[in-house]
Amino acid sequence: MSKQAQHWEKTRGLLLVTLAIWFVFSIGIFLFGAEMESITGPFGYPLTYWFTCQGSLGIFVILIFWFANRQEKIDEEFGFSEREDD
Amino acid sequence: MIKGNFIDNLPKVYGIYTGGFLAFIIIMAIGEQMGMTSKAIGICFVAFTVAIYAIIGYLSRTAQADAYYVAGRQVPTVFNGMATAADWMSGASFVAMAGGIYFKGYGYMALLVGWTGGYVLVATLLAPYLRKFGCYTVPDFIGTRYGGNLSRFMAVVVLTVASFTYVTAQINATGTIASVALDIPFQYAVYVGLVSILLCSMLGGMRGVTWTQVAQYIVLIIAYLLPVFWISNKMGAGFFPHFMLADEVARIGELEQQYGFVKNAAADLKSVPKGLAGITKAHSAVNATPWAFISLALAMMMGTASLPHVMMRYFTTPSVKAARKSVGWSLFFIFLLYSSAPMLATLSKLSLIDPNLPTGIIGKSIADVQAIDWYQNWNQANLMFVSDFNGNGTLELNEFFMGGKAVVLATPEIAGLPYVISGLVAAGGMAAAMSTADGLILAIANAISHDVYYKIIDPKAETAKRLVVARVLLVVIGFAGATIAALEIQGILGSVIWAFDFAMSGLFFPLVLGVWWKRANKEGAVAGMFLGLVSGAAYLIWVRSGGSGFLGITQLTFGIFGSFVSLVAMVVVSLATSEPSAATQRMVDEVRVPSGKSILGKQH
Repeated sequence: MSKQAQHWEKTRGLLLVTLAIWFVFSIGIFLFGAEMESITGPFGYPLTYWFTCQGSLGIFVILIFWFANRQEKIDEEFGFSEREDD
Repeated sequence: MIKGNFIDNLPKVYGIYTGGFLAFIIIMAIGEQMGMTSKAIGICFVAFTVAIYAIIGYLSRTAQADAYYVAGRQVPTVFNGMATAADWMSGASFVAMAGGIYFKGYGYMALLVGWTGGYVLVATLLAPYLRKFGCYTVPDFIGTRYGGNLSRFMAVVVLTVASFTYVTAQINATGTIASVALDIPFQYAVYVGLVSILLCSMLGGMRGVTWTQVAQYIVLIIAYLLPVFWISNKMGAGFFPHFMLADEVARIGELEQQYGFVKNAAADLKSVPKGLAGITKAHSAVNATPWAFISLALAMMMGTASLPHVMMRYFTTPSVKAARKSVGWSLFFIFLLYSSAPMLATLSKLSLIDPNLPTGIIGKSIADVQAIDWYQNWNQANLMFVSDFNGNGTLELNEFFMGGKAVVLATPEIAGLPYVISGLVAAGGMAAAMSTADGLILAIANAISHDVYYKIIDPKAETAKRLVVARVLLVVIGFAGATIAALEIQGILGSVIWAFDFAMSGLFFPLVLGVWWKRANKEGAVAGMFLGLVSGAAYLIWVRSGGSGFLGITQLTFGIFGSFVSLVAMVVVSLATSEPSAATQRMVDEVRVPSGKSILGKQH
C-alpha cells in the first residue's frame, strides 16, 4: 500500500473515533435525558442539565484540540506535515 | 501600517484595545455618577464602538485579491478563533438565546449543543481540506472539485438563499439596537446599522472584517460576561456563577412545583402584547422528547458545517494545521458565551419569581408591580406586561409576560446594576449583530463577484475591476437586506434557524462527499444541491401552510429532510453516471494531504 493510502487510512480511523465520541455527547446521551435527570452531576447540577449547558459543550472543545494534535502526529509520521514557513 | 509587523504585534494591539475599552467603561460609569443621562450613555457606547470598528475597517483597506478575499492567509489561529466566534455569534445568540432558555428550558438548550457540536464536524470533515484546497469561497471549492459552471452556480444559489435568510435577521437586530440606543425610528435605524456594517467590510474585504471581528468579539464577550458575574455576586448566588448555581436551579424547580404551570384562557392571552410570553415550561427538567431534542441539535450541527460564512474564516489561516487548531479556538471562545447564557437565564428567572428576593415580583400585588420603575420602562418598550387574569389582586406566575430580548436587556436593570451596564450590553449586542452581518454579506458578495462574475462571466477581468464589482455587490446586497429587514417580517430567531436548514439541505453532502468520497461527480453534486434545496424548501412551505409533516420533522428541522434527499440524490446520480476524471481523482488525493501546494494558486 502506498504511503498516501496508509496516511489516509489512519486519517479515516481518527475521523471515526472522533465522530464516535462526538456522537455519544451530542446525540447518544440525550436519548436518556429523562433517565439521567435524577442523577446529580458536577457542581451539583442535575446531570442532564449540566450536559446541555456545560458538559457536552466543553467536551467538544477538548475533542477538537485532541483531534488536531492526533492528526498532526499522523501527518508527521508520514512526512506530510507542512513546513513551518508555509 | 497594518502589514507584516502588524501580525507580530497583534497581542499588543488588541491588549491595548481591550484596556482602552475597559477604561471607556469606567469613564462612562464615572459620567453616570456625575449625572450623565442614560440616553447620553447609550449613544456614547454605540457611537464609540462603531467608530472604532470603522477606523479598523479603514486601516485594513486593500487593493489585492488575496487580501480582499482571504485576508492574505496570515491570520494566526487564536485571533482567527476570536473572529470566527464573533462571526458565528449573531445578534440572536447575544440577545435572544438566554431568553429562549428562560422560556423553554431543556428543549431549547438543544440549540446550545447543536451550535457547538457542529464545530466537531467542521474540524474533522471540512475545514482543513478546504484550506488545503486554497479556494477563496465555498462555491470555489464546489466548482473546482466537481468542475463545470453549473455546479459552481448551484453552490452560489444555495449559499445566497441560506446567507440572505440569515442576514436580514442580523440587520434587523442592528436596527433594533440602534433605534433603542440612539432613540431614532426603526426604519431609519436599520440603515444606520447597515452603514456601520459596510464601513467595516467595504474597503478591506475579508481583511477588514477579520480585524473588526476580533475587536467586536472583545466587546461582546465583556458585555455578556460582566453582567452575569456582577448579577450573580449581587444576588449572593456565587462569585463564579457557572460552578455555583446548583442551589438556584433547584430553587427554581421548587418554585415551579409550588406555583404550577397554570394554563391561561385564550381570551385572556389575547390581551397580551404580541411577542411576549409567560413561563410555561420547566427550567431544568427534561421537557422535550429525545427525538425533538436530538433532531434540533442534529439539524443545527449539520447546518453549522454547511454555512459558508463560517467555513470561509478557515481559508484565512496560514496553514492546514493552523486551520484545525483554529476551529478549536473558535469553539473555545464560543463556549465562553454559550455556557454563560443558561446561567443568565437562571439568575434572571430566579430574581423575578422568588418572593424571598427583594427583586421578586411574583406574589406581590399587581399595583405594586406596576409602580416599579423598571417595570414601567420595559412595559413602555413593549417587553414586559402583567395582567390580573384571576382578579385576586396579586401577580401569579401565569400573569407575568416578557419578551425574549428582555432577559439580556432588562436583567441588569432589574438586579439594580448601574445604567452603564445596560449601555455596555447594547454595545455588545450591536457588535454581535454587526460581526455576523459583515461575515454574511461578504460571503454572498464574494461568491457572486468571484464565482459568478469572475469565474463564469468575465474570466479575464483585472484585479482592480474584480474588486470594484465585489464592493458594488456588497453595497447592493446590504441594501437589499436592510430593505427587507425594514419590513419586519419574522422574529430574529426563526429566520436564523431556517438559514441553517437551507444550508445543510443544499451544501452539507456536496461539501463532505467532495472530500471523503472520490466517486462523487459533477452530476451527483448538482442533483444533490438542487434536489436538497428544493425538497427542503418544499417541506418548509408545506409545514408552514398547515401540513402535518412526518417523523416529527418541524419547520425548524426541515434540513434533516432536505439533506437526506440531497444525500440519496447525490449517491444515486453519481453512481448512475461516469466516475470523475483521473485528474479530479488526483486532485482529491492532493487535498487529503496537508503538505505540498494548494490546489488553486495564490492568485486565481
